[in-house]
Amino acid sequence: MKILVPTKRVPDTDQKIRVRDDGKGIVEDDLPFVINPFDAIAVEEALRIRENSSEEVEVVVVGIGSDDYESELRTSLAMGADRAILVECSEELDPWNVARILQEMVQREKPKLVLMGKQAVDDDANQAGQFLAALLDWPQATFASKLEFVEQGLRVSRETDVGIEVVVVGLPAVVTSDLRLNEPRYASLPSILKARKKTIERIAFEQFGLAIEPRIQVLQMEVGTNTRNCIRVNDIDELLERLRDEAKVI
Amino acid sequence: MHILVVAEHDGTTIRPGTLSAVGFANSIAEKTGGKVESLVLGHDIDSVVREMARYTPVLGCDSSALANPVADRYAKVIADVASERHDDLIVAASTTYAKDILGRAGGLLGGAMASEVVGHELREGQLVFQRPMFAGAITATVALLGHPQIVTIRAAAYEAPRPADTAFDTSTVDIDESSLPNHICFEQVESKSSDRPDVTEARIVVSGGRAIKNSEDFERLVGKLADQLGAATGSSRALVDAGIASNELQVGQTGKIVAPDLYIALGISGAVQHLAGMKNSKVIVAINNDPDAPIFDTADYGLVADVYEIVPQLIEKIHAG
Ligand SMILES: Cc1cc2nc3c(=O)[nH]c(=O)nc-3n(C[C@H](O)[C@H](O)[C@H](O)COP(=O)(O)OP(=O)(O)OC[C@H]3O[C@@H](n4cnc5c(N)ncnc54)[C@H](O)[C@@H]3O)c2cc1C
Ligand SMILES: Nc1ncnc2c1ncn2[C@@H]1O[C@H](COP(=O)(O)O)[C@@H](O)[C@H]1O
Repeated sequence: MKILVPTKRVPDTDQKIRVRDDGKGIVEDDLPFVINPFDAIAVEEALRIRENSSEEVEVVVVGIGSDDYESELRTSLAMGADRAILVECSEELDPWNVARILQEMVQREKPKLVLMGKQAVDDDANQAGQFLAALLDWPQATFASKLEFVEQGLRVSRETDVGIEVVVVGLPAVVTSDLRLNEPRYASLPSILKARKKTIERIAFEQFGLAIEPRIQVLQMEVGTNTRNCIRVNDIDELLERLRDEAKVI
Repeated sequence: MHILVVAEHDGTTIRPGTLSAVGFANSIAEKTGGKVESLVLGHDIDSVVREMARYTPVLGCDSSALANPVADRYAKVIADVASERHDDLIVAASTTYAKDILGRAGGLLGGAMASEVVGHELREGQLVFQRPMFAGAITATVALLGHPQIVTIRAAAYEAPRPADTAFDTSTVDIDESSLPNHICFEQVESKSSDRPDVTEARIVVSGGRAIKNSEDFERLVGKLADQLGAATGSSRALVDAGIASNELQVGQTGKIVAPDLYIALGISGAVQHLAGMKNSKVIVAINNDPDAPIFDTADYGLVADVYEIVPQLIEKIHAG
């Protein structure tokens, strides 16, 4: 069985994000990047499936982006992925175009399962997985917090606003990971060193005969401003008084 | 513009976020001219259709094949209805239901989709949307290229309209059940069994963070204070990860987005991912024993104290009136 894991390269979530002067993007100089946290969870899950399976499982990670992307793909290799593919694309990507390129990758790699993040924490779109499943006409299970292989396919616990929903999807399928699916492993030093020597396959996205069709155009970005001015209260009497008389919320 | 609101419901009643989506749709229809309709999907949905008809004309699609909200079927019906009726804009509240289902419908309809919209305006005749990115650190103004446009909105950003005195028209949508996809099998949903209001729907939210050491303490401190105030309970991810709070309570970038009149953060540090979920609350109170905790920067009132000491006193004081 082959599992395809699409991963995105995003700014480290602990970093302060600044907007470029032209307002069209963020300042990337010196910004450390990581694998999108949800995608790292997807990689981890794929590795666990391989480790616990009696059948042979191949874990293939794919990233779409520019040259800079290599280091995060190497991190996935160091975690234990069997292969990594970089689809070279220097144009602006939105979830629609990510999904279209991934559709081509699926046709090329023919995985049984696409396991990806529910959301990239830079655009916070939460769309590419659903788009991909629609394009492929495959079943989907988004926001997965538990996976279990069953005769009919995969039983997935999904984290929804109203509670944990359980569905069974036939394979092949697209599954998107939620935070509680697992805790991704850290790559050990020897495996990091070994991953350095592995080759990363490269494909220019034009080879698929696709042209980027922009769907979401960012006109302007602004850093959120914080207008609150915290009043430090001395005790609960003062707190309650202010909530009652000043803020009038209780 | 023809605008279609996809209604979310629990089989009996409309979820409040759907009405915010109607508020958003009405505002756009006013600006651009046009009409708003709602689509209710499900099985045995008469009461939901009737409720929805107090706000907009309604299309009801009632089928045993739609008894549970499975994405492949629901998305197909939504996409078919929208195409047939030449809808220009499809909208729902940004919940896990809509992200799952409308996202897939978006894939069937060409991918011009914006999620978590918090604002909109007409710029030189073009509709543009504001949406948060990077855990809310940035607000982006975006335009969608393509037709139809699909949008999920944050309920807290839009007001629900008043119900009309006379009900709008309702009609039914017939579907060919044999043409629906059939590869997702719904088994069950484990609803939370809480007597407290949902964290996204309450006027007051009391949330606990890592300061709380176990579930008993969560109940005793966060739960009890919430009950005193008629509030919902929420939590940071730290407590959900630790198994102390259940996952429906998580507030933040990857949890729920709330904007109550009053948000009380007990022993929460104020990581951007948590702030992303609550910083638009009207009044924020932080209680934390670290005077330098970043949460105070996003609070209106701050009290430096040990929650184990102060919360029982607070409960006592409120109880005493
Ligand atoms: C991709 C991603 C998504 C995430 N999504 C979310 C999300 O949706 N929601 C979310 O909340 N987090 C999310 N996080 C996690 C987030 O980064 C923080 O780790 C988390 O919010 C911390 O929770 P906390 O404030 O409860 O814990 P801590 O950061 O450990 O803070 C505990 C606070 O309690 C105070 N404290 C300790 N003891 C006491 C006491 N006795 N009395 C008073 N105060 C006390 C401490 O001073 C401290 O400020 C996400 C992280 C990532 C990487
Ligand atoms: N450039 C990319 N390369 C590979 N995978 C991606 C890329 N962008 C998004 N994805 C995948 O799509 C998921 C959802 O992204 P989004 O819809 O942008 O929130 C991510 O978690 C990744 O798994």
